[in-house]
Amino acid sequence: MLGSVYALVALGYTMVYGILGLINFAHGEVVMIGAMVVLTMIGFLSGFPAPLSNGAILLFAVITAILVCSMLAFLIERVAYRPLRNAPRLAPLITAIGMSILLQNIAMIIWGRQYKTFPDLFSTVSYSFGGANITNVQVFIIIISILIMSALLLTINFTRIGRAMRATAESPQIASLMGVNVNYIISLTFVLGAALAAVAGVLVFANYSVAHYSMGFMLGLKAFTAAVLGGIGNMAGAMLGGILLGLIESIGAGYISDFTGGFMGSHYQDVFAFLVLIGVLVLRPTGIMGERVADRT
Amino acid sequence: MINKVFYLEKFKSFQNPKIVWLGYSLVAITLAILPFIIEASIGRTWVRILDFALIYGMLALGLNIVVGFAGLLDLGYIAFYAVGAYTWALLASPQFGLHLPFWLIIPIGFVVAGFFGVLLGAPTLRLRGDYLAIVTLGFGEIVRIFLNNLDHPINITNGPVGINLIDPISVGGYALTRTQQIAGVNFSGAHIYYYLLLVLLLACIFVCIRLENSRLGRAWIAIREDETAAQAMGINTRNMKLLAFAMGASFGGVAGGVFASFQGFVSPESFILLESIMVLCMVVLGGMGNVWGVVLGTLLLAILPEILRDISSPIQESLLGGVWIDPESLRMVLFGLALILVMLVRPSGLWPSKKH
Repeated sequence: MLGSVYALVALGYTMVYGILGLINFAHGEVVMIGAMVVLTMIGFLSGFPAPLSNGAILLFAVITAILVCSMLAFLIERVAYRPLRNAPRLAPLITAIGMSILLQNIAMIIWGRQYKTFPDLFSTVSYSFGGANITNVQVFIIIISILIMSALLLTINFTRIGRAMRATAESPQIASLMGVNVNYIISLTFVLGAALAAVAGVLVFANYSVAHYSMGFMLGLKAFTAAVLGGIGNMAGAMLGGILLGLIESIGAGYISDFTGGFMGSHYQDVFAFLVLIGVLVLRPTGIMGERVADRT
Repeated sequence: MINKVFYLEKFKSFQNPKIVWLGYSLVAITLAILPFIIEASIGRTWVRILDFALIYGMLALGLNIVVGFAGLLDLGYIAFYAVGAYTWALLASPQFGLHLPFWLIIPIGFVVAGFFGVLLGAPTLRLRGDYLAIVTLGFGEIVRIFLNNLDHPINITNGPVGINLIDPISVGGYALTRTQQIAGVNFSGAHIYYYLLLVLLLACIFVCIRLENSRLGRAWIAIREDETAAQAMGINTRNMKLLAFAMGASFGGVAGGVFASFQGFVSPESFILLESIMVLCMVVLGGMGNVWGVVLGTLLLAILPEILRDISSPIQESLLGGVWIDPESLRMVLFGLALILVMLVRPSGLWPSKKH
């Protein structure tokens, strides 16, 4: 469940990395902004004179969030990354960090420091399933993520735009010689990633029922870890990595104290996740599904 | 050609030893009386801020060895700072009842942090670029989580509460954090630590500059530029990379130890990921690989947020007629903007290294 959200966010990282070779540190903040916009829109639409059904409210709110996040990502790319495309490799990393700090604090100014709670649009129903408990919200999250990820895979693999994206990832120069508008494709990649991030933001918010201006950073970090685990730059890898990391974390949280004879409690779930990551990377330095690529210098 | 002649004419004075020594002594005098000027003009808090800037300087120089010289992107550098700080805290506080003298703890901290550097370096030798970045990031988090949770079943680090009452550095029975009277002048703890840290920082700068032009430094730079070619030239890349990790980590360890003794208190709060990122920003913003650039970047990034803290409320009052925006957030917004703008204007840092 958590894994499918990681997978959605990880896709955004991996798409950008595949094309630009850049860790987009601001991506986690886009997720947070998505959650916050949904919150604001739900509050706004609920106060509408003509009453809307809860489903319609949520739908409108999510669409607004996707639009806002897409525009935001477009702007981020334009302002912070495009001018630095030929700069030393670490320069865009610093602007990305600057962007992340900037967005986090702007969000804090707009939405305040408090934890926000998700409005009760739907009542949560819990199903018992072979000893495991799962709520209707979680079922919904899994279905939505699977739908979105399949749509994305189909787009990338079978459409003109998808082909242009793959070509740009392979080599921007040659793609542009073949008539691909590279700048357009890069913007599109950021916008697509942000749309996924917005959806992921809503899903996280709906599941935990709380949102906070600092929620994006850790989530982004985990998602990036997931992308690396699966082999960065590889879409299927990002999905696999996300789901694996989600599983590892939950299993780690549940069983870690049995493994270590009570020495380490569930606080160590992140240690467990990172140790698995290090283990995987030591055995397979390019991630589970990554291919060995030549160094970019 | 003409430009070159002009350049030589203009800077001929730099070759005159008398003028060079005059310049050095002017800088030395300025550095020596700086804390007194600052205390007299803007207050004692700023001397402390300066002290922390010097500690950050040592950290940034250490990270510069790993990132700037050897080209290994390390996002968990603060872990070594934490190791150094906790080593000091455990060996010189009531926590275990140990009160070792500083001349024993500094080498211990140096070695322990270096050991942790090798511990991180060894399994990650085969990783390149961003894979390495994410593993180092994970390592930093692992260290922090352990520090946060090692208060049970055996209490080692006191958990999130941290360790209190750490001994200051003391020489001949005089604790350096107390105000001392020397030759009729009162030196507060912040002043004494300023001189101590200044000496340490200058030592670090000296070591870094000597390293850069040594066989070792050239090997690191060769690895940074092209690892395969470096290996083909007979450089033992494995040992060189491990050495870079260990050296960088030891710098961080010493900085951490001095930090613990200066602050008198450590907790896992001080060693979060954001700190690693800040130190990295100092290195990259100042000019990766160039020792003086790194020092400049550190001074800017350690002091700028403090200036913004002081001015973000008054500016709002004069422009908007009241404090409308939370000054703390505004400060960080401006800080983020500054990072982006500087990188856009000077992508290779404010004072980049000459070699490419």
